[in-house]
Amino acid sequence: MKKVLLMGNPNVGKSAFFSRLTGVHVITSNYPGTTVEFTRGHMLVGGKKAEVIDVPGTYTLEPTCKAEEVACEMFKEATREAIKEGDIIINVVDATNLERNLYLTLELMEQRIPVIVALNMWDDTKHRGIHIDVEKLSKWLDVPVVPTVAVTGEGFVKLIAEVHKARTPRVRHHTRQERWEDIGRVVKEVQWIEHRHHTFWERIQDLTVKPRTGLPIAALVAYLAFKVIRFIGEGLIGYVFEPLFENFYTPLIMKLSLLLGSAGFWHDVLVGKLIKGGVDYMQSFGLLTTGIFVPIGVVLPYVLSFYLVLGALEDSGYLPRLAVLMDNLMHRIGLHGFAIVPTLLGFGCNVPGILATRILESKRERFIASTLISIGVPCAALQAMIIGVLGKYGGGPVALVYLVLFLTWVTLGFVLNKLLPGFSPELLLEIPPYRFPPLRILSRKVWWRAKGFLREALPIVLMGVLIVNLLYALGIFDFIANFSAPVVTGLLGLPREAVAAIVIGFLRKDVAVGMFTPLDLSVKQLIIGCVVLSMFFPCIATFIVLIKEIGWKDMLKAAGIMIATSILVGSLLNLLL
Amino acid sequence: MDMSPESKNIVSLIQMRSGQSGVVVGIAGGFGAACRLENMGIRPGKKITKVSGAFLRGPVTVRVGNTQAGIGFGLASKVMVELHK
Repeated sequence: MKKVLLMGNPNVGKSAFFSRLTGVHVITSNYPGTTVEFTRGHMLVGGKKAEVIDVPGTYTLEPTCKAEEVACEMFKEATREAIKEGDIIINVVDATNLERNLYLTLELMEQRIPVIVALNMWDDTKHRGIHIDVEKLSKWLDVPVVPTVAVTGEGFVKLIAEVHKARTPRVRHHTRQERWEDIGRVVKEVQWIEHRHHTFWERIQDLTVKPRTGLPIAALVAYLAFKVIRFIGEGLIGYVFEPLFENFYTPLIMKLSLLLGSAGFWHDVLVGKLIKGGVDYMQSFGLLTTGIFVPIGVVLPYVLSFYLVLGALEDSGYLPRLAVLMDNLMHRIGLHGFAIVPTLLGFGCNVPGILATRILESKRERFIASTLISIGVPCAALQAMIIGVLGKYGGGPVALVYLVLFLTWVTLGFVLNKLLPGFSPELLLEIPPYRFPPLRILSRKVWWRAKGFLREALPIVLMGVLIVNLLYALGIFDFIANFSAPVVTGLLGLPREAVAAIVIGFLRKDVAVGMFTPLDLSVKQLIIGCVVLSMFFPCIATFIVLIKEIGWKDMLKAAGIMIATSILVGSLLNLLL
Repeated sequence: MDMSPESKNIVSLIQMRSGQSGVVVGIAGGFGAACRLENMGIRPGKKITKVSGAFLRGPVTVRVGNTQAGIGFGLASKVMVELHK
């Protein structure tokens, strides 16, 4: 055996299954469509290493929507090799939804690749009063069937022991109708469901999806999520990161500053300007001061708290319900409800948000969603800095920035929906039951994403700070400032120097907000600056992903929209505030 | 919509009240729509319960077996259900 293909419907716990088999950490979520790319890992089968490939979830091998097309293409690619090389398929089945899941199983069995079936979420069948005769099912399908619980690891020893027994049943090609008929017959024989009344928990589930109760609950969830993110973020900064910097890092830096003679080129690049004889992490702008403090001391705490809350929301199963509730509004801006998921991801970092727009059906939807994310969804790093510079003036100014971004997001979406040809497709989304987020998976996910942030962001922040210093030293900022003064000063009411921040915003928006600090801006100017910076242009990482995902031409269109919108909104704010 | 006397009990998902249940009798749409719904377990002969729905032409949520699904307004109007008496 060379490879093991992991296949199943969306939302059967396949990613958790994969990380259980291989020990590789995959981001799992309690909503369909998390996996948009192949994930590979290794497992041991009978002492031999085998490659495991996590194929994105699909209901069928005959694609009916975009996410399935992706999965089917990958499957075809993999099967071509698989038939040649004697690979096998582990078909992960949601045991609580046997009937629906078996359709893919039957399709897989027609592919002439050995199959073994894992009845996952086996523990849930017990609480739901579902009884499945595993032996009978296995006999009927003519392949091994093993009950498993990916979250706890139950059944995996047996599964791995049985993997080599995977077999190819001799099944001819069936029509859709025939498959459903077969399934009806087998389910009747192997499954028996106890009749149960609605549990208290199920009633709660219904409340969160009915518009009348669901919308207020959604507003409450959003408010609480924001509060909790801020509470944890500020707590981490106040009790962990700031004391660490003050007590351990600052003395080191001061020694270095003395060593470098308190001034001069290298001092300015590494430590930056001394303010009142000491370092000011937001204003000094040296590589080792601001360059380290912004990503670690300001942004990282919020990245941690954001992904903790997002992870809890993802794994609880709340997001698909939010998608259903938001479908109405989203249709008006040319998307359907599920686009709320990439949007929420964008609040962490725009890059995964834009990657996740792959689950949307049409090119038009992807264009609208990506443009809206780039304009109206500030990433965690940017938000942390906005809260950092505006938070001291109370909740009002921060709330105003969010309100302006939200209104722009809605209005622009509405306009794009009217202007672009085409229509938005209908929502059809499975709503998984609520689950308590497994803490082990949750903490791993936070750790994984935070590590990703440091690996991706830290070098660019440092480079950004370095470039800021060089551009200042070379007088290039002065040149750009003179050149763009009519727009920046005339329309937006910002000082000429603020243009330097907007330029650096292309590199990293958190660094750019930091550049506002030494300028002594008024609250109004800070609000305008933050809004313009959020919307003006995507940061370099987002920019590259946009080109890859929507192409050069659409990227240019999107960039035009972004620049025009930000100048328009910024000027309006300047007039109104 | 066919509202002849012998099919009085047949309504679309939109016309059902929340909490009502019935049996799916057909999907008045193209093959693509039917396939997508079938994959969710929504196909003729299956018992379906409407959980909530269609507020301001928003989506409908239904329960079929152990699956709960959200269905956009247009698609939901194509799912024909015979109501339980």
